[in-house]
Amino acid sequence: MPKISKKHRVILATLLVVTAFVLKEISGYSPITIIFMLATAIVAGLPIFKNAFAALKYRIVGIDALVTIAVTGALFIGEYWEAAAVTYLFMLGDYLESRTIEKTRSSIKALLDLAPDTARVIREGMEIQIDPEDVLEGETVIVKPGEKVSVDGTIVEGNAYINQAAITGESLPIPKAEDDQVFSGTILESGYLKIRADRVGDDTTFARILEMVEEAQDKKAKTQKFLEKFSRYYTPGIIVLSAMLYLFTRDLVLSLTLLVIACPGALVISTPVSIVAGIGNGAKHGVLVKGGEIMEKLGKLEVLAFDKTGTLTIGKPVVTEVIAMGIEEDELLRIAAIGESYSEHPLGRAVINHAKEKLGEYKGTVDEAEIITGHGIRARIEGKEYLLGNRKLLSENGYDLKEVEEILQNEENKGQTAIMVGFDRRILGIIAIADVVREDAKLLIQNIKSLGIKKVVMLTGDNERAAGAIAQELGLDDYYAELLPQDKVRVLMELQEKYGPTGMVGDGVNDAPALASADLGIAIGGAGKDVAMETADVVLMSEEIRKLSHAIGLSRATVANMKQNIYFAIGVAALLLMGVLVKTVNLSFGMLVHEISVLLVIINAVRLLAYGDKGRTRKKVLQTGE
Amino acid sequence: MKKTYQLDTLTCPSCTMKLEGMLKKTEGVKEYEVLFNSSKIKLEYDENIVDSETIKNNIAKLGFEVLKEK
Repeated sequence: MPKISKKHRVILATLLVVTAFVLKEISGYSPITIIFMLATAIVAGLPIFKNAFAALKYRIVGIDALVTIAVTGALFIGEYWEAAAVTYLFMLGDYLESRTIEKTRSSIKALLDLAPDTARVIREGMEIQIDPEDVLEGETVIVKPGEKVSVDGTIVEGNAYINQAAITGESLPIPKAEDDQVFSGTILESGYLKIRADRVGDDTTFARILEMVEEAQDKKAKTQKFLEKFSRYYTPGIIVLSAMLYLFTRDLVLSLTLLVIACPGALVISTPVSIVAGIGNGAKHGVLVKGGEIMEKLGKLEVLAFDKTGTLTIGKPVVTEVIAMGIEEDELLRIAAIGESYSEHPLGRAVINHAKEKLGEYKGTVDEAEIITGHGIRARIEGKEYLLGNRKLLSENGYDLKEVEEILQNEENKGQTAIMVGFDRRILGIIAIADVVREDAKLLIQNIKSLGIKKVVMLTGDNERAAGAIAQELGLDDYYAELLPQDKVRVLMELQEKYGPTGMVGDGVNDAPALASADLGIAIGGAGKDVAMETADVVLMSEEIRKLSHAIGLSRATVANMKQNIYFAIGVAALLLMGVLVKTVNLSFGMLVHEISVLLVIINAVRLLAYGDKGRTRKKVLQTGE
Repeated sequence: MKKTYQLDTLTCPSCTMKLEGMLKKTEGVKEYEVLFNSSKIKLEYDENIVDSETIKNNIAKLGFEVLKEK
């Protein structure tokens, strides 16, 4: 048989079915009418029959098997029009469904279109254009205005404004200069860049986001798993039921109609279409939700615990004061900076940056150092052993803090963190460091409270007073200070037990254990942070923490959408069943209603794609959310 | 050997079940995953027992078109 496309088959079958209908109205069931009806059934039905038999080989009874039996039966008892109409409607329905279902997946398609398709590299001194997959790591890539960055890399030359919407969902262009990171898939709006390729092809952040989104969409929701199991037994069950109905009533038309209207199409598709549209919407807004089950869980959280540094605060602390005691201020700073060069803590980086700024290049290296997690550092510099850290570190090592207590409290009440430098039981000085609270953090806390999250807390390794100051500023319900990473896990467990499902929000840098142990781990600023992207369940690609309320609202909207679909599908099936039993629904009408219900379910899911675009849908979610 | 096949849009979850059933019964296919929403099949097979052509044929027999393979 010559291969014809789906579209041509639909057109051909439409012509045939219309002719058959007209002939039926004019001349009744004449031989020529019947020929057209049979032709329709064959053209429209052939693929259905073939699929049904192929599937049967693997012992799977699907919807097409139901339709095949029904049509064969209809032909057998001379209901040629019914056979033609049923096959035609089923084929048309399938065709339209595949067109609309594409819509629910359109956000991913849009994302795919953002992939770079060419790269400009310098090879042998010449600028050439190649496929982005063929760029080698370490090569120099050039990007001109209007072009896409084709690799993840570091800027070696030039300045530019870059639109990072593909990665972060934020379409405001961001200025970038030498040593800054740029991502594949982002667009250079103005300027000129030379980039050293750090990661290419499938290793780029963009490629990994795409892959994660694709996989997330196919990680099934609990509801979906249940429905699939259900349909595995349901379809064969319906066949048995129809056979029994026939045995008892001897009414072949009735049992065939039951076969057709019992197709579980709308029900089975109800969840996956909502989930895919929901996850697609998230991807568009820079919120990566890793799967259906997580989408269901996200809206049900009762507690949200936030990490402080890098999450509620910007995470780039700056030194605000250096208080030297019996030592030169510059010398104090030099020692602290050398010691902290060993640490990866953001506070350490603040000290180093401040030292570079004030002292220019300074000399000296660490001979030996030890990081004491949650306390600070013990470092030997130029033969002398220094302690750099918080109260705990110094008092545990026999230092007397009485003299400096007033200064410490004073700094801490301002929400600042104080690092002390100690040598030989004597405190040489205090360095006060402050971290700036994110602009949108306060608004987010208000938003999530109004969404009905019962408890919003902060977990931090920082001192009690600094934590308290920030908690108050942001309007948090509670805070837990001076925690070590393992303490965070313990606190989370307590919260889970006391209040229910708990989500942990962190930047993924040093709170990976907490992210993993919460009911739901949410990482912010995921772009470029591999560990965070892998371990978290929900990733906010940008640093904008306020997107979290979009994520929670979206989850609720998705679950509500799913429920609407399920109830609608069950309702339609029940109505049809009643219709069949009182004999007001015949074969082709049953098929028509069934196909329409499937389409409506898909169209309902498509609505989710627009969630949050104007804030218009939000009120509705608040109402249906609970 | 690892392969990813991009199929024509999958519209019904029962299509996924059919494909899974087929892959389960195809000798030489060690691991497989049918992604409904992205309409993809990811699988690993033993190239001594089965080749990509046979697998693609089996997919086609179930009525699905393979658009791309990688």
